Parts: sequence; C-alpha cells; structure tokens
Amino acid sequence: MSDHAKPSIWARHKIFETNSIILVIGILIMISFGGLVEVVPLFYLKSTIESVDGVRPYTPLELAGFDIYVREGCYLCHSQMIRPLRDEVERYGHYSLAAESMYDHPFQWGSKRNGPDLARVGGKYSDDWQKDHLRNPRAVVPASIMPQYDFLERTPLDVKHISENLSTLALTGVPYSKEMIENANADIIAQTTADDPHAAEFLKRYPKAILRDLGGDKGQLTEADALVAYLQQLGTHVDFKIYDDKANIR
Amino acid sequence: MSFGEMGLPPLLVGLAVLSLIIAAKAYTAAFAFHAYLFAAASIAAIFLIYNNYTDRQGELPPQMIGDRPNYNFGPVKFATIAAIFWGCAGFAVGLYIALELAFPALNLDLQWINFGRLRPLHTSAVIFAFGGNVLLGTSFYVVQRTCRARLAGYLAPWFVILGYNFFIVIAGTGYLLGITQGKEYAEPEWYADSWLTIVWVTYLLVFLGTIWKRREPHIYVANWFYLAFIVTIAVLHLGNNPAIPVSLFSSKSYIVWSGVQDAMVQWWYGHNAVGFFLTAGFLAIMYYFIPKRAERPVYSYRLSIVHFWALIFLYIWAGPHHLHYTALPDWAQTLGMTFSIMLWMPSWGGMINGLMTLSGAWDKLRTDPVLRMLVVSVAFYGMATFEGPLMSIKTVNALSHYTDWGIGHVHSGSLGWVGYVSFGAIYCMVPWLWNRKEMYSLKLVNWHFWISTIGIVFYISAMWVAGIMQGLMWRAYTALGFLEYSFVETTEAMHPMYVIRATGGALFLCGALIMAYNVYKTIMTPQADSAGASQPALAPAE
Repeated sequence: MSDHAKPSIWARHKIFETNSIILVIGILIMISFGGLVEVVPLFYLKSTIESVDGVRPYTPLELAGFDIYVREGCYLCHSQMIRPLRDEVERYGHYSLAAESMYDHPFQWGSKRNGPDLARVGGKYSDDWQKDHLRNPRAVVPASIMPQYDFLERTPLDVKHISENLSTLALTGVPYSKEMIENANADIIAQTTADDPHAAEFLKRYPKAILRDLGGDKGQLTEADALVAYLQQLGTHVDFKIYDDKANIR
Repeated sequence: MSFGEMGLPPLLVGLAVLSLIIAAKAYTAAFAFHAYLFAAASIAAIFLIYNNYTDRQGELPPQMIGDRPNYNFGPVKFATIAAIFWGCAGFAVGLYIALELAFPALNLDLQWINFGRLRPLHTSAVIFAFGGNVLLGTSFYVVQRTCRARLAGYLAPWFVILGYNFFIVIAGTGYLLGITQGKEYAEPEWYADSWLTIVWVTYLLVFLGTIWKRREPHIYVANWFYLAFIVTIAVLHLGNNPAIPVSLFSSKSYIVWSGVQDAMVQWWYGHNAVGFFLTAGFLAIMYYFIPKRAERPVYSYRLSIVHFWALIFLYIWAGPHHLHYTALPDWAQTLGMTFSIMLWMPSWGGMINGLMTLSGAWDKLRTDPVLRMLVVSVAFYGMATFEGPLMSIKTVNALSHYTDWGIGHVHSGSLGWVGYVSFGAIYCMVPWLWNRKEMYSLKLVNWHFWISTIGIVFYISAMWVAGIMQGLMWRAYTALGFLEYSFVETTEAMHPMYVIRATGGALFLCGALIMAYNVYKTIMTPQADSAGASQPALAPAE
C-alpha cells in the first residue's frame, strides 16, 4: 500500500488482525447491542412489570414444591406458557400473563411439550388424582410417557432450611416479609393441618392459599404433598372475570 | 519454579480446606459429595504439580527447538481423548432418553435416571463435554500452529483442560443427584458456575497470551472466531447465571432474574450458546481444518471478514424467537424474528466460504472420507441455518414451537454440523498429534460417515414428521368446532416416530464408537516410518 493512496476498507481491517485487544473490544461492542436493546427495557416497560391483582408469592409449602418441580426437570416436558392462540386458549385456559410468573426464579415457561402445558393445571384434577398420577402416570392415563415419581411420596419433605429459601428470594425482590420468613415453618404446618390455630394468620399472609389436612403437625409431609400443593395453585391466582386485558395496551 | 507452581498450591490447599468444611456442614448428602470431590481434586492437583516439579528438575520446556516452535500438545491430546469419551457417553445418554420417550418403562422407577434428570445430562454431555473439549483441544492446537508459538503458560493450559473437565464431572453428577438451577443449557449450580468462570478466564488469558507471542504478522481468521466464542460465552455465562446461594452449605440457589426478564435473559443466553459455542467456535474449526485437509486456501478473505462481523452482530439479537406468542412484548419477538431471518445471510456466507474452499479439490471428496465428513458438516450447517430462520417466522413458529420439530432442527445442526466438523477435526488431528501418517483405517472412517449419515437422516425426518404432526393435531378442530384430539392422543401418535428416532440415534452412536476404536488403534499402532515429515519434532509436553 503506498503512502498516498487512501487505504481500502479491507486494508483498514488490518488493525483487528494485528491487535488482539482491539479485536476483543470490537467483538464486545458488536455483541452488546442486541442484548442491551432486548433485555434492558423489560425492567421498566409497563407490560412486563405490571402487577396484577391476586398474584402472590408462593407459600413455603408451594415453594418447596416449586423447588422439587425444578429439581426433577419437569419444565423440560411441561411448559407453563399458554399462547394467545385459539386452540391453546380452548385447551388450557386464558393465555398467560407476564405477571403470573413474576415470582418464579427461574421462570418455568419451558420450551417443549412432551406433556401438556401446566400453566393452569391448578384445580383441574383432585389431589388424589395428582398423587395417583405422580405415583404411576399410566394408572390414570394409559398412553402417558411420563416417568413414575412414586419416590416423591416415599421421601419425607425436608423443610429444615425453608426460611433461608424465602429470605434468599426476598433478596432477589420477591416480597417475602420478615414475618413470612420467620413463620415459614409454622406456615407449612398451618397449611397442612386440619383446624390449625394459625390458619387465619397464614391466610392473611397468603390470600386464597389452599389448606389441606395432610398431617403436617405430625411430621408426615412428603415431597409429593409439596409438589401437589404447588401444582394445585398453578394459574389460579388471577381472577380473569375481573382482569382487564386492555389496561396495559398503549 | 513457574508462576503457577508457586501460586496454585496454596490456593488449592485453601480450596481443599474450604471444601472439607463445607462437606462437613452441607445441608444435603449430594452437596457434601460434591464438596468432597472438590477437596479430592484439589489434593490430587497439588500432588500432580509437586510430582511434575520434581520430575522436570528445574528446566521449563524451551519455547523453541532450533528455529521451530516447541508446541505444547499434551493438553490438546487430553482434550481430544476426553472429547471422544464424552461424545460416546453423551450420545449413549441421548439414545437412552430417546428410548425412554418411546418406552417409558425404561425410566425403571429410579429417580436418578428419570427423563427429567437425564435430559440435561445428555445436552450438557454433548454440548459442553464433547463440544467443549473439541473446542478447547482444537483451539489450543490451531492457535499454536497459526501463531507459530508455544501455548502461553506452563500449568495454565493444563489447568484449563483439567479444570473444565472437572466442571463437567460436577455438573453431570449433579444432574443425576437432582442438583440443578433449572435453566436450560445452564443447569449447573452456583459453585460449578463459579468454578467455570475461573477456568474460562484462564482459558481466555492462555489464548490471548499465545496470540501475543505470535511470530506471524496477522491473527488468522480461525482465531477471530475462537476469540468471539471465548469472549461471548464469558459474557453470556455471567449474564445468565447471577444467582444467590441459599447458604454456603447448600447447593441450592435462586437466580436473580424472574419471569419475563429471566425468560429473555435465558434465551439471549440459550440462543447464543448455539451462536457462539456451537457456531462461532466450530466455524473456527472449519476455517483451519478444511483448508488444511483440502490443501487449498480459504476461498474468500473478504467474505470471511464480512460474515464474521455480521454473524456476531446479528446472532445476539435472535434469542426472542424462542419466546414467540409468550408474555414477552411483541416488539421484542418481532426483533428476534427479523434478526433471525437476516442471520441467514452471514450463516450462508460462512457456508459458501467453507464449501468454495474446495474449488479445484472437489475430486478429493471421492477419495478422502475425512474431507467428505468436513464438507458434509458445512452442508448440514447450511441446511440448519436455513431451517432456523424459517422456524423463527412467527406463523411457522406457532406450529413448530413446543414440538419435536425443534428437536429435529437442533439435531440436524448438532449431529450434522457440530458432530461432523468435530469428527473431521479429530480425524485430522489425531495423526498429527501422535505422529502418524494417517488414521489407522480410512475404511472405518468411511463406515463411520455412512452409518451416522443414515442415522441423522432417520433422526431428523422422524422428528419433522412427529413435530409437524403433533403441531397440526393440537390445532385440529372437528366439523362442530371442538378440539379434535386430547393431548395424550397426540403423544400416542408419535410413538412410531420416537422408535425411528431412537434407531437413528443408535446408528449415530455406532458411528462414534467406530471412531473411538479407530482412534485407539491409531494411537496404539506404532508407525513403521515414524517421522511425520511435515511435522516438527515434538518435545514431550507433559
């Protein structure tokens, strides 16, 4: 290249090919646009941070169930995201709102349906059906390809440290109050014991949570109980009779 | 005494002590097991460093022998063998979970091998263990050769290779024991992620350090792609994995992101794990091994510049196409779709550059099965990167999403492109590394090629049929306006496809086992005329 001629654009590229740090900086600049444009607005746009009436953090028992759901990789076969398509809305229920997963760390939208969507499975079947199904899915759905999860009802629920789970989530922004964290274990018993004296307090903390008689006060809870408690509240928080889906359209 | 030999042992002693304390107070037996593994690995590493130090009697290996660089191929050899091992293991687990979907009794009622726990084991084993070792091994090979300089660092390259494989062991055993943070393709928990961060930064430094020592004026195009891969994976890893452990003594952590933000971050990560781990890194392999094997220069230097910058710029936007019609805002979905379609161009730019490198050497495809494998990998790359933009179109995605079409798509990319380009590179590199003229048997390479090609065809066609069928069944209505099929009817309909898919997977695994045997025989069979004429003398790298 002569000193007088203007270097061609290809010759200018030499700076990247001879200087690794400039190359790395170039790469970093090129890869930052997409992520910044697509991710950052989600933290302030109204439609993604709207709070919807009824959505509440999980009760400690439901949270234990959520942790089991994650541990067993349920999200690998079950989505929790109903798309606004006619067949999905008719099959599964109202399409999913961003707010409905706002307390899921991590999100459970899934990417593959080897089994049906579970976003609104809560209340669709009885507790007994859910337990039978977990024990042996083919006992209730003969053509099911789901693994058997009978070990869950043989494994006692370990919630010794559940308050730490709540306090960790509080750090990430889930509105678990000091009171909720302190009463985590008592709340598990309240949710699973017939006529527990703390039931009213518990329901104040977690409105509309489902109470069951599972012998929680006798230490009989299993992992299956927690998982069923989690499944049975899925998609039930928002009352779509009063939800205004036009509110956030700009 | 090298810097690493002084610095590492005290750190490792610290890590061992910390691990033992954690093991003693761990909340769960599974976490205690991992803590003991950390302690055992630290102690073993100290022992290895000490042994190596006393054995080498003070002298560090020279940078040059005569006027030739004294290449450090020990870590490359280890990564190559590890890649073959993890590859076969990962394909076998994939076959097993494919069979579990066809015959659910194979879950055997054991929690450790349920589909939900084995599936991350499969994806991590093939992507990060097999693919990762291929990338580590080839990058350490290519950067030395194209810079004509010995790998930077003395212990550091070994730390990267062994540390990375230790991460794989922690991640993999964790999945079986139910330790996962539940983010697809990023399942390892906080302590494994932290360990990987240390290993990855060292990797970047070794790679850059070698480039800094180069005796070539230019940084070769393959190294741009390797750098983009290493740097971007670091950014993605840090962005996707910020988690708060429940306690130092618990394997459980919660990711700081939640809901829609977590979904976007996850697929920003997830799609670019494809873009930068499974694409940019393996394009680097293409840019070194195809020209080398075909003995032709890269087709177009300008095309490589354009498609490099375009690829890395466009890829990062494509994530939202995994979230079409979800609660993610529409504008983000549309951006993801638009950029995915644009991405078709740089992807095919890479394909054209790879294929056209064969100009004037096409006849070699008939005689050289290794080159054929490399070239077919690029053809699969072209096919998968055409299918991807197609599937990112929202209307197409409404049908394909959540179905096996997606599984078929990733496997045409991963078996056809990533698998074949890796096998091709291994078949090139093994004779070079062990000073052999050629693989033990090119005939077996041919067998590998054809058996696995038939396997891939079975696999992807079964998944196309299964996916499109299930998608159509989900949305089928009767004349009276009711949904025609219950969910489980669609599951039943897919059974034959699942069996065919498993057959395809079994064939692919057979091919890989043939490769393992061929590599074993190549290494174990001494060569009559040992000096690979084109290779410089190798000093023992250990």
